[in-house]
Amino acid sequence: MKDRFNLYRFASPATFYPLAGTLIPYFAAIAVLFGIAGLYLGMLVAPTDFQQGEGYRIIFIHVPASWMSMFIYLVMAFWAAIGLAFNTRLSGMMAQALAPTGALMAFLSLWTGALWGKPMWGTWWVWDARLTSELILLFLYIGYMALTAAIDDPRRADKAGGLLLLVGVVNIPIIYFSVKWWNTLHQGSSVNLTKSSMATTMLYGMLLMAMCFWMYSIAVALMRVRTIMLERERNADWVKAELAGDVQ
Amino acid sequence: MIYWNSFADFLHMGGYGFYVWGSFGVTALIMAVEPILVARNRKTTIARLKRQLRAESRTPTE
Repeated sequence: MKDRFNLYRFASPATFYPLAGTLIPYFAAIAVLFGIAGLYLGMLVAPTDFQQGEGYRIIFIHVPASWMSMFIYLVMAFWAAIGLAFNTRLSGMMAQALAPTGALMAFLSLWTGALWGKPMWGTWWVWDARLTSELILLFLYIGYMALTAAIDDPRRADKAGGLLLLVGVVNIPIIYFSVKWWNTLHQGSSVNLTKSSMATTMLYGMLLMAMCFWMYSIAVALMRVRTIMLERERNADWVKAELAGDVQ
Repeated sequence: MIYWNSFADFLHMGGYGFYVWGSFGVTALIMAVEPILVARNRKTTIARLKRQLRAESRTPTE
């Protein structure tokens, strides 16, 4: 069975690098397609909301950005755990590549939330459980980036950053369940697996936008991880061969 | 089945135009600028690594 497909092969930067390069345009194209479909449904077709009027349309970016901000953090924590347990090189690079995009998603979640809160609640910001825990998530991203940037040796930076990520992961269920555990101004979840309180076009518009944000994040993170790979593996033969060729 | 009667209606967003377009505008801006910054960083990194590689190959090491 020597030709058996081996997933572990892709854990090596030398094989992952070209694979990521091939995949980026596809993820970018799929993101654009999902984005067009989601915006069409959400902004042009979906009816108005009987309580919030047209202001509810912020949901089509607020919810996808919030989901991604939490999901990207979980993925980073997953890579941190793998890196700490097996001492794999690629995992630290993956976490490093995801962090800025995760931070931007957390920022967008707060930004669109403020613009939604002002007309609906009468305030840009309240120190409510949901909002505060999302702000802490943004600080965790910034803290991770600052900490890893402050340590010169990348492997040690990965270890320290990984610990921070694993400790901070406790914040994710707090964000997610905050609207259940505490009385908050923030509304409860509009979508769950069994039933949804939204009109069908609204729901599909939002899910399409979530797919768009997901594919976008993958594309940008893969772009970033390829640069990190070249930088960190610059003494490896495959990078030297890559740089000697006509690298894009 | 387009929900809006006119383009002006669409922009007005039932009076929530500032909030809706403020959200979508900043999101669009970030999603346009982030890939550009990543691509630019990639270019400068590759140029620097190439320079370093050339410098290393000029100075023979044992």
